[in-house]
Amino acid sequence: MTADLARDPEAHARPDEDRPASSTPSVPPPPSVPPPPPALEARAITRRCPGALANDAVNFVLREGEVHALLGENGAGKSTLMNILYGMVPPDSGEIWRSGRRVTLRSPSDAIALGIGMVHQHFMLIPGFTVAENVLLGAEITGRFGMLDPRRASAEVRALSERHGLPVDPDARVADLPVGIQQRVEILKALHRKAEVLILDEPTAVLTPQEVGELFTVLRGLKARGTSIVIISHKLKEVRAVADRITVMRAGRVVGETTPAEADEQRLATMMVGREVLLTADRSPAQPGDEVLRVRDLHVRDGQGLPAVRGVSFSVHAGEILGIAGVQGNGQTELAEVLSGLRRPTEGQISLAGRDVTTASPRALIDAGLSHIPEDRQRHGLVASYSVADNLALATWNRPPFAAHGVRDEKAVRARAEALVKTYDMRPPNPDALVANLSGGNQQKVIIARELDRPVTLLLASQPTRGVDVGSIEAIHRAIVAARDSGAAVLLVSAELDEILALSDRVAVMSRGEIAAILDASEATREQLGLLMAGARTTP
Amino acid sequence: MGSRRLAFVTLIVAVLVGAAALAGAPRVAAADVVVSMIATTLAVATPLTLGALSGVMCERAGVVNLGIEGMMLSSAFFGWAGALYASAAWGLPPGASLAFGVAMAIVSGGLLGLAHAALSVTFRVDQIIGGTVINLLAVGLTGFLNRQLFFERTGPFGGVVPRSPGVLPRLHLPGLADLPVVGRIFEQQPITLTAILLVVVAHLALFRTRWGLRVRAVGEHPRAAATVGIDVRRLRYESVILGGCLAGLGGAYFTLESVPSFEPLMTNGRGFIALAAMIFGNWTPTGAFAAALVFGAAQALQINLQLFRDQIPPSWSFLQHSSIVGLLPYLLTMLILTGVIGKTTPPAADGKPYDG
Repeated sequence: MTADLARDPEAHARPDEDRPASSTPSVPPPPSVPPPPPALEARAITRRCPGALANDAVNFVLREGEVHALLGENGAGKSTLMNILYGMVPPDSGEIWRSGRRVTLRSPSDAIALGIGMVHQHFMLIPGFTVAENVLLGAEITGRFGMLDPRRASAEVRALSERHGLPVDPDARVADLPVGIQQRVEILKALHRKAEVLILDEPTAVLTPQEVGELFTVLRGLKARGTSIVIISHKLKEVRAVADRITVMRAGRVVGETTPAEADEQRLATMMVGREVLLTADRSPAQPGDEVLRVRDLHVRDGQGLPAVRGVSFSVHAGEILGIAGVQGNGQTELAEVLSGLRRPTEGQISLAGRDVTTASPRALIDAGLSHIPEDRQRHGLVASYSVADNLALATWNRPPFAAHGVRDEKAVRARAEALVKTYDMRPPNPDALVANLSGGNQQKVIIARELDRPVTLLLASQPTRGVDVGSIEAIHRAIVAARDSGAAVLLVSAELDEILALSDRVAVMSRGEIAAILDASEATREQLGLLMAGARTTP
Repeated sequence: MGSRRLAFVTLIVAVLVGAAALAGAPRVAAADVVVSMIATTLAVATPLTLGALSGVMCERAGVVNLGIEGMMLSSAFFGWAGALYASAAWGLPPGASLAFGVAMAIVSGGLLGLAHAALSVTFRVDQIIGGTVINLLAVGLTGFLNRQLFFERTGPFGGVVPRSPGVLPRLHLPGLADLPVVGRIFEQQPITLTAILLVVVAHLALFRTRWGLRVRAVGEHPRAAATVGIDVRRLRYESVILGGCLAGLGGAYFTLESVPSFEPLMTNGRGFIALAAMIFGNWTPTGAFAAALVFGAAQALQINLQLFRDQIPPSWSFLQHSSIVGLLPYLLTMLILTGVIGKTTPPAADGKPYDG
């Protein structure tokens, strides 16, 4: 668990080196000069959203020249607070101060004018435009009559990228660039606008471990040049590796402020969730049985007809968890869709418990013992406008106990739902609640309860904890390990390396539609997996 | 425009022009037929070009405009009514009356554009519905006002349609129009020439100016544009109003340049064919123009067959049944929309209301 920290010892070993004028005891300010006011400050910010307080009298102080992590679970109000500080949404009440002046932000333009820049979680880039066009959009270089000057634009962006050590080809189309480089373009956008305060919303969610390392190097470089940085995250390891100070939010409120030196991961997790959390899944070694799933030379095309999975072969045995690691968009989604019957492969063979199921329908697969936790729970896992009880009956709605002779048994549906709601501790504990009104974690519990509530031959779990709070992750992980221990073969597809390492018995790494390697989990290291994810073919 | 589609455009136009030349041979010189076909094609493609430019402007900003047909029909009426009024009530000379008519057409198109922008940008009505409403409104409004103004005894002209100021005159482009044989191609009326000029202007505006870059950004990813301080709503309003004005000028073609009268429903689906031209042209002004020429050539064939009616040999006379040739533009539309000639890609945020 400390691998990242070991790689980044300087992150908190010398947090204040680049800040001559801060309030650090080691560099006391001259008595005549008061400490500089915070670069950005939120005072008692409140913002109501339908049904909840997204921000409840939140105070947040970003000091000049620091990297400040805003830590919290999904829905804790981190993004809302930052959107307020970037002028995207107005607060209902409260004040915003920038370097000692009270400011009002009516739109992002106001924030930009005040030197505030933001890198959004979902990149705000136009795929068809070039890097230069994206960087300069809204602050274009023009000649007469508002005519664009592509040559000068290119030169300007090239100079900017060299100045900040963020190499990128200004004339490349953004759609053709890997995600890590796209993020660089986003940072350049902010720097071109002379951002002195940089807000990054979940910047590591889409990066490989190596890219995360590069990003942190870039952030330290920016800090050295005096940029004040806010980084939003729910990943404890990363927060501790890069931040000087950490503010933790929970349910719309700030629950505390700390530093990486003061709080270890366990302490941060407890602050985030509000109770003790088990960070590692407790499990015994696997006892693999017969081969359950066998995939041979599978080829799949994506929605645009482009090859997404290119000649993949592997097998999963009863009683083991095979983790499929990889950065999003390397064919895992299409692989899972084929294995669950939602998409047809163009080539190859799939057999489940000895039967050929290459072109089987989802219904046939369910009947053959497949349980599926889909990657996109809203689209493929739930009917949001149905009640919890109806969703719990969805997979086997046509069979006893839920139905007999084509007639639905309301009583059985309800009885089963009540039992499952209790077992999985769903909130609210009401089988009639609409799934649309549940939190992400509770929606996921509905799916897991439904999929594990029948004999499981193969459990296909895609990104099972995406967008799920730390508290629920624990329960979901326990359920997956329990399925394995009761004899199911488990295929776990996840972009979270921590999750892969915590649960898998064997790890397959997918990169550009191919399996780069299959490793024994006990031998795999984060670095090794990271290199394979980034496209390396042989491990170092 | 991809090479495959460019080849298709060239092929169809060549086939249509060739068909006209064959039908006219041997009594009419092939060169004369070809020149006449090209000249007519440019003229009749005008409302399609302007309609397609209107669509390009709106959809590049992310607003689907299904109301081009209605905008053109309304403008055809208001342009005509304006010209008649200026001539009959104010006694302006024909040239000034027609110019006033054109202005009226552009303004009425712009106002419908404003209405569409309000529906789709401010009130976030489904844009398909908004466009359909404009089409229905145009049919009802022009039919009703036409009757009330010109065919009711209580109307301003006592139920008698006043003498029309005619149509816009052909301009004699100095130099070009004096060329032997092909000179006829350059003798065009002002709206036709303006439309060709506007293709160039629209191309430059969309792809070479800051405004165009921002419009395209808004049509591709409005939220991204908003985060760099671009006013999405304002740009969408501007584009859709501009699109309305372009459709308005296209409407003026029908009553001020083509024929000096207004008939109910006279746009006859040209606004929808313009949308097909926009799609085939991959949402670019130049591509849309090329596609408009294909449809224009189909219509020009029909007109030229009428023109050379007396010279056509009996074996070709079946082509004179206007219903056969008249079907061509619509058949071409269907063919193009099937995507056989290559797929095109609309702006990513096309038709999606922006609620940030």
